[in-house]
Amino acid sequence: MSTQAAFAAALLNVQMPCPDGLCSRNGADPSRRFAVYRNNVQSSLINALADSYPVVVQLVAEPFFRAMAAIFVQRQPPQSPLMSRYGEAFADFIARFEPIASVPYVADVARLEHLRTLAYHAADAQTIRPEQISAALADPQSLSELCFELHPSLHLLDSAFAVVAIWAAHQQEQSMAGIGLDQGQHALVLRNGLDVEVFALEPGASVFIRHLIEGSPLLVAAEKSPPFDLAQTLALLIAHNAITRLNYKKLP
Amino acid sequence: MFSHHEPSLPRTQAARTELPARAGLGLKTGHFLEVLGSVPDLGFFEVHAENYMVAGGPFHHFLALIREQYPLSLHGVGLSIGGEGPLDSQHLKRLAELIERYQPQAFSEHLAWSSHGPVFLNDLLPLAYDTPTLNRVCAHIDQVQNTLKRPMLLENPATYLAFEHSTIDEAEFIAEVIRRSGCGLLLDVNNVYVSCINHQRDPLAYLDTLPLHAVGEIHLAGFAEDCDNLGDRLLIDDHGAPIDPVVWDLYRQVLKRIGPVATLIERDNHVPAFNVLMAEAQQAEALLRQAGSGS
Repeated sequence: MSTQAAFAAALLNVQMPCPDGLCSRNGADPSRRFAVYRNNVQSSLINALADSYPVVVQLVAEPFFRAMAAIFVQRQPPQSPLMSRYGEAFADFIARFEPIASVPYVADVARLEHLRTLAYHAADAQTIRPEQISAALADPQSLSELCFELHPSLHLLDSAFAVVAIWAAHQQEQSMAGIGLDQGQHALVLRNGLDVEVFALEPGASVFIRHLIEGSPLLVAAEKSPPFDLAQTLALLIAHNAITRLNYKKLP
Repeated sequence: MFSHHEPSLPRTQAARTELPARAGLGLKTGHFLEVLGSVPDLGFFEVHAENYMVAGGPFHHFLALIREQYPLSLHGVGLSIGGEGPLDSQHLKRLAELIERYQPQAFSEHLAWSSHGPVFLNDLLPLAYDTPTLNRVCAHIDQVQNTLKRPMLLENPATYLAFEHSTIDEAEFIAEVIRRSGCGLLLDVNNVYVSCINHQRDPLAYLDTLPLHAVGEIHLAGFAEDCDNLGDRLLIDDHGAPIDPVVWDLYRQVLKRIGPVATLIERDNHVPAFNVLMAEAQQAEALLRQAGSGS
């Protein structure tokens, strides 16, 4: 094993002894000095996860979070120097993390927080002015072919838990009392200008937006979805600058 | 409009950096609005390149606005120049794109490694100072400078331990890298002090071994204090404290030797209010002015 391979392995696995071949000029035990690097690596990666998942930290309390994150760091260290991407697999890890099985909604809250990070750094895109959208919706000739392109920051999350309510309660230190934790919610995450926003959608509206993302024309997307309030959903997308392009697709 | 203040540097230094010989601050996301609102009197801002390797959103929005008003130093923390493996060509490409986009006055990276194979360790890790490492580091710096089509600044490290098979003194190693590759030196005065205390060397002798004519930028930061198993001081470069008086003294010694050079106040942890960092920047500016007036 090369010097750096041995060094890297011992940084990540805290059970391993200090690598061979290290020394200090005063003759001190190099393991105490190696521990500085190990601590830097461990704490910087755990801190990066804590910064990306602030509500998960609150839900499980910081000591538990750090212990859980330490195991994740050892099993799935970063594969890129872009730390904003680190933790993509953290929600799946939490979902399989046995000690937290009694709090099953934590993994979905982590998924929501990850989508917020993605939305925050997503590409910029010009949005369509509401008048243009109204005009397109008012034209009966082309309405059946009208398709929407949505903002690159827009993401959906279907959860069996009240993921939006749980997340929102932790933005202002509100209590979770009164939240029906098992009442599933459909989250919409997007960046409006510089701010990332989170909404709970009706189930049908979530399916509808998914069809729009896949390229279905507006009317087809609405028909293929369970009942929902189309006008309200369009108003939400328009008001929050989610529509970035109008296309017209010839139907077969 | 750029607030350019031409540094009064010898040509060799001026060639390595276009940063003004003034104090600058690391740009923190929590300070974006305050910087744009108050436009503080600073020579430049510095950002970590990797934080801005994202598609869009607030980071680019604010950096573009701040760049319109200040010179910029782009500081990489993830290239792993000392790594045993080849440089990550994708990462180098991302750096080239950022440099193209923001036209920074300086680009710097570290004498350290941070990746091994596919794994990124998010820390600046120490190198064995021997001939194979010297050859590898020089080849990597050549590749960086050829790809980016500009000279880079290499930062001296803060180290906590040494390798039994090292054959070259740290300062001599840095001097040889700079001589061979033609890169400049980002002189981190705090790192000089931390490394010298940790390896029981004299900071002034260390400074005088470095090729100070190649300094294109200076970093000043705080350290944390620990001790090893023998009870000797073990200093940790944590960028989480005010600059220590002993580091200010060492900085005066540097300015005495080379005159005023762009100086960054570096704080990445326990980031205080903006005015606290401004006070440290003003302290550095006063010393830079003194050095410039030859007193």
